[in-house]
Amino acid sequence: MTEKPKNYSRRDFLKTTGIATGALIGGGLIGGLVGLNVDKTDEHVSNTGTNHDMSANEGFQYFQNQREFDVLSNATERIFPKDDLGPGAIELGVPYFIDRQLAGQYGSNTKEYMQGPFAVGAKTQGYQSRLTRASIFSQGIGQLDEEANKRFEKGFSSLENDQMDEILTAFQNDEIPMTGVTSAFFFRLLRTATLEGAYADPMYGGNRNMEGWKMKEFPGHQMAYIEVIEKDKFQKIEPKSLGGM
Amino acid sequence: MATTLPKVDVVIVGLGWTGGIIAAECAKAGLKVIGLERGRRRGTEDFQKVHDEYRYAVRYELMQDVARETITIRNNRKMPALPMRQMSSFLLGNGLGGSGTHWNGHTWRFYPYDFQIKTMTEEKYGPNKLSGDYLLQDWGVTYDEMEPYFHKYDLTAGISGEDKNPFWGKRAQDFPTPPMKRTPILKKFEGATKSLGYSPFMLPSANLSEAYTNPDGEVINACQYCGFCERFGCEYGAKTSPEITVIPTATKTGNFETKFHANVVEVIKSGNKVTGVKYLDTQSGEEFVQEAEVVVLASYVMNNAKLLMVSNIGEQYDPETGKGTLGKNYCYQILPGANGFFEEQMNTFMGAGALGMTIDDFNADNFDHSNLDFIHGGSISITQTGYRPIESNPIQQGTPTWGAEFKKNSIHNYTRSLSIGTQGASMPHKENYLSLDSKYKDAYGLPLLQMTYNFTDQDRALHKYITEVTVNIMKEMGAKTVEGKTAITDYDIVGYQTTHNTGGTIMGASPENSVVNPFLQHWDAENLFVVGAGNFPHNGGYNPTGTVAALAYKSAEGIIKYSKSGGSLV
Repeated sequence: MTEKPKNYSRRDFLKTTGIATGALIGGGLIGGLVGLNVDKTDEHVSNTGTNHDMSANEGFQYFQNQREFDVLSNATERIFPKDDLGPGAIELGVPYFIDRQLAGQYGSNTKEYMQGPFAVGAKTQGYQSRLTRASIFSQGIGQLDEEANKRFEKGFSSLENDQMDEILTAFQNDEIPMTGVTSAFFFRLLRTATLEGAYADPMYGGNRNMEGWKMKEFPGHQMAYIEVIEKDKFQKIEPKSLGGM
Repeated sequence: MATTLPKVDVVIVGLGWTGGIIAAECAKAGLKVIGLERGRRRGTEDFQKVHDEYRYAVRYELMQDVARETITIRNNRKMPALPMRQMSSFLLGNGLGGSGTHWNGHTWRFYPYDFQIKTMTEEKYGPNKLSGDYLLQDWGVTYDEMEPYFHKYDLTAGISGEDKNPFWGKRAQDFPTPPMKRTPILKKFEGATKSLGYSPFMLPSANLSEAYTNPDGEVINACQYCGFCERFGCEYGAKTSPEITVIPTATKTGNFETKFHANVVEVIKSGNKVTGVKYLDTQSGEEFVQEAEVVVLASYVMNNAKLLMVSNIGEQYDPETGKGTLGKNYCYQILPGANGFFEEQMNTFMGAGALGMTIDDFNADNFDHSNLDFIHGGSISITQTGYRPIESNPIQQGTPTWGAEFKKNSIHNYTRSLSIGTQGASMPHKENYLSLDSKYKDAYGLPLLQMTYNFTDQDRALHKYITEVTVNIMKEMGAKTVEGKTAITDYDIVGYQTTHNTGGTIMGASPENSVVNPFLQHWDAENLFVVGAGNFPHNGGYNPTGTVAALAYKSAEGIIKYSKSGGSLV
């Protein structure tokens, strides 16, 4: 029942990895510097040597400048870092996944009840912000950079890992004042979106090459387990994506 | 100005399980039926690309659009109620099949004890087992009276199971199809519960163990254990749903017509009868009045209650005076349980929505409550529904929730952890109820439904006691680390819990304490029937659908009888 994806040849043709993505993996400091120096308008001609089929989907749908995108990238990488198990958020394409989500239904809260009056409410009453997720991300990213400058006199993307963690922890613990939303709420959104980008089907732009699934040994889109579900032994199954990868 | 449409025999609001069952039964009996569904038509062909956790499970593709309509929520009468701006705690359905499209398929019959809970509790424990603040009441029907309707649903849905639970009500006949596969994960639970002296059995499932043709000639296919059931539609037509059973059954009689994008905004009442419903075509913006001899409200718990409230039918319950019945006895489900972390890797990503084993040794009044400070209990199950990677990141308590350690732990445990869950009973309390909100409105200008709800001492005691039982089972299963669920305090709408909301339009033997009679016929309007889990005077220790469907069959019988003879059915 899986159909052959259309446009595949185009994707194949554009097979490449953005310089920023490749370089950011190593850590915040290098990432921040390199990110600023990459000319993203250059039509994916430069290739660092690592080929990822989905990398043709790089480009901004929501973000407008590289600095803010790099802050997001570095924050997601601290939440889901590269390690001996496999890639972290950046290499998985999570920042691009989030960019795209912010540009669409998710970012503009089209499926949320957004009529006023707005009130803070009790914790048990859930999301009560008048802000859309896109606004919350933009504000939160700005605050990450501002807090970095306040504490370390550097932009967030130029910090060492433990300095980034210190700031993210302050957000998580609701210690950073934000407008119309709490920093703890922004952090929860950021953490959840990072995991969504790491593990959603690659057709959404994250989970590149199904590397998120491979680490977790989740086989993705399989039609049936009826033949193997009674086996005692753990079944290692090559994953499949809905997008046909 | 609304356009009035020619009168039909029966108009049904909502085409999920209850609307579908009533449509099929009435249309087969020769009545002309119109079904109004606010969502769209959908079916198996729409589910061929459904293995998409992000779209369906995380972003709720099949669910109600709360931008248009939601509820407001508060924990008690002193708090200002605020809108549920996004779904989380429970997931309201939408579209053909309703929640019956994206359910898991656990199919239970409530206990004989449930139907006569007040009488039986008082007989055994005296009248003061729970304080007077708990509004326990009998349902006005007994299990034995319900048995033929339960059986009818089993046959329609082809339920897969085994009659091996020593506690449940007597079944006149065995299940129409054999139980699902006993997987290694289920066997761990089976072995542990047996060695503890309990009685495990396969969970009755609407994901069928083999292909089945129901008495109406509808075919349900065999489950393939793909692991995408809850929150998804089935790409095989192997999860029994209204759109592959009762809806086509109704359609092929030639007596049933469906209208989609039809959002009902009012039930029109005149004297002691209703004349029809007013609805909005949400695509054209036009308003219509559909006149009918019988009106059936078959939408979800929330919307059934709301439609009665905005139409001024029945008396709103007032917790201050105890007067009124509409909105009373709103209940939820209490969810004790335990997580276990194992050394060995297991096939946790495989599964089916209702693939599981259960013990009922701690459900209903199957154990002595003399020295306990709560009544009832819950069914304790292990289910293998298929862990999916975005929402399943099991970590031990105390592990950081992000960063390197989180990543390592959640990935390691993804294939090495299991959960035991309980569908715990929820008892009605005078402070838990539904009403209309005075501030917030839906997209059609109607007030939102307001929910006033919190857990009570009964719920907290039940949760604590059963959680300990599940911890012991998980230890016996061989888990290296076992963690019981954290004790419950206040009800919080954040985080998915369960879509087993009940009450608000409850059934009973008297108009003094119920909204509808045992045929779900409204006490104040004899040609109005209100059907669904809203009829439950309390919620039992099981998932509700089996009991909801049986009530729909009983109601359908009442509607057909009423269409011939009129008058009150009791």
